[in-house]
Amino acid sequence: MTMMTTTTAPLVEVQNLSVHYAARGGGWLGRRIRPITAVEDVSFAIFPGETLGLVGESGSGKSTTGRAILRRIDSITGRILFRGRDITQVRGEALRRLRRHVQMIFQDPYASLNPRMTVLELVAEPLVVHGLARGEAAEPRVASLLALVGLPESAMERYPHEFSGGQRQRIGIARALALEPDFIVADEAVSALDVSIRAQIVNLLGDLQARLNLAYLFIAHDLSVVRHISHRIAIMYAGKLVELADRDAIFRQPLHPYTRALLSAILIPDPQIQQQRRRIVLTGEIPSPAAPPSGCRFHTRCAHATAKCRAEAPPFEEKTPGHFAACWAA
Amino acid sequence: MAMTKSTAGTLAHAAPLHGRPHELFNALRGIARELRADKLGAFGTMILLVLVIVAIAAPALAPYDPAAQSLADRLLPPAWLAGGSPAHWLGTDHLGRDVLSRTIHGARVSLLVGVAVVALAGTFGTVLGLVAGYFGGRADTIIMRAVDIQVAFPALLLALIILTVVKPTPGTLVIVLAANGWMVYARLVRGVVLSSRQSLYVEAAEIVGCRPLRVIFRHVLPNLTSPLVTLATLEFARIVLAEAALSFLGLGVQPPATSWGLDVAAGKNYIFDAWWLVTVPGTAIALTVLSINLVASWIRIATDPRERQKRFARGAAVSEMGA
Repeated sequence: MTMMTTTTAPLVEVQNLSVHYAARGGGWLGRRIRPITAVEDVSFAIFPGETLGLVGESGSGKSTTGRAILRRIDSITGRILFRGRDITQVRGEALRRLRRHVQMIFQDPYASLNPRMTVLELVAEPLVVHGLARGEAAEPRVASLLALVGLPESAMERYPHEFSGGQRQRIGIARALALEPDFIVADEAVSALDVSIRAQIVNLLGDLQARLNLAYLFIAHDLSVVRHISHRIAIMYAGKLVELADRDAIFRQPLHPYTRALLSAILIPDPQIQQQRRRIVLTGEIPSPAAPPSGCRFHTRCAHATAKCRAEAPPFEEKTPGHFAACWAA
Repeated sequence: MAMTKSTAGTLAHAAPLHGRPHELFNALRGIARELRADKLGAFGTMILLVLVIVAIAAPALAPYDPAAQSLADRLLPPAWLAGGSPAHWLGTDHLGRDVLSRTIHGARVSLLVGVAVVALAGTFGTVLGLVAGYFGGRADTIIMRAVDIQVAFPALLLALIILTVVKPTPGTLVIVLAANGWMVYARLVRGVVLSSRQSLYVEAAEIVGCRPLRVIFRHVLPNLTSPLVTLATLEFARIVLAEAALSFLGLGVQPPATSWGLDVAAGKNYIFDAWWLVTVPGTAIALTVLSINLVASWIRIATDPRERQKRFARGAAVSEMGA
């Protein structure tokens, strides 16, 4: 699937995004402040109607990246553009207006719905707070949103605890869609669900994208889920992007050794092929963001690491058209 | 009668979303229905209502003037004991005043001061706690240091200073007690706000585009209902006793006016000769606190949809077993 990358302007553009946290601790009386870089120098673009899958293990900074784009984190450097407009410093009322175009689907469908509100109140809330519909006027709109995500109209008067995990995630999706956004950050949106429900929700998201021309930033730690829904895939490791390419390019010609290791961990539903595959098992842990290794951050776990890798960080550059990677060997 | 009741009930149930012009009426009916389902809550509400009516209608209900002394009849035991007189059901105190009349009149000051102090201190403390917890930063530091200072300052000393300077009336009494009581609310509320700010549904509300005030009142405040109701109940009992302490020192309710606390404090000296002097107003205090507790636990359950569902599920199971 090739995107019209050359003809359309990007919907969301992230330029050299870095996120720093100030972690207190260590030292006497906890007064020493160490800056922690959770995300460093990340750049990518998302086009209208496109899904960018963002993959990495926990602690890689993928959720932080998503939250930074949603302007939930203040201590950022770099630029975030939405429809060409710089939103890096947007706050207050302007940020509230931006929420009409940029929404989020949460990982945990249990904790992200207020248990004291009915489904009607939950899904109507975005409409109410943006002055789009009030009281009874919101009901037909909520009913059509529920129909869109495959829930019956009778769900309106019920409370979230009366629904299953998958149904609750549908409620969360209906809420995110209420404002007719152009862009949705789905942060591990299916990770908390049963495998059988997962496929339903992923299909629903794909379906909605086709109908409403939505763009997603689909954050996940599981490449097989991302493969199904993404047009392009970005791989993060220890706060940095290591590879970014079309989905098929990532799966057919992975350039970065970390991507290859991730791909080798996916099970293939054919025992013969599965037995013949060589599993690349990474040893060690993802490095601590408080003390990142010198040079390439992956060199501590990379089988092909050279002296150059240990000394100098490889640039994130276009190796073949549309295929970016950060590796000296690629 | 029974039929009209049940049809009205089903109507209200069928149209919970469309009855906007009659919202208040429906809400009242809903409360009545809820209370029928919770026996203890209904019991507590009943006692509380009786207490309030007694306080309001005290002059009509009390058989004697609560301040009328009759030294010839001093320390009479309740009517059912040897030496008791049917003229004084609950006996008389050391000045020959009728205990029943004093307890009925005492309800006025005790309930009024208790409710007013809890309302005043609760509102003040809750607002400051919300501000400190939600906005954090400098506002948080200033408010919480003020709380620390106020807590460190002896409450009785502050009350003594204020009440010796201004005239001790029920109004000043309320202000003094509220000034000593708001800190617990501020601390509790701040803590709950801090923890519920972390909850995902508050983040979801912010991402959806709710303004801070809506987030506070719609998403954070409901989490405060049950801890606040619990704290207010405990505080009410404490306030009744604090008012008694101040009255005992001569800085609270001024005779000839009376309050339960004042009578408990005065009766304490006769506890071995005339136990009823402490027991009767003491029982009134206990009954009030008990009924408020029952109502509070009912409110806590009634405002939480998850708790309600649990209770209705239990009720359904019980009625099935009965059938």
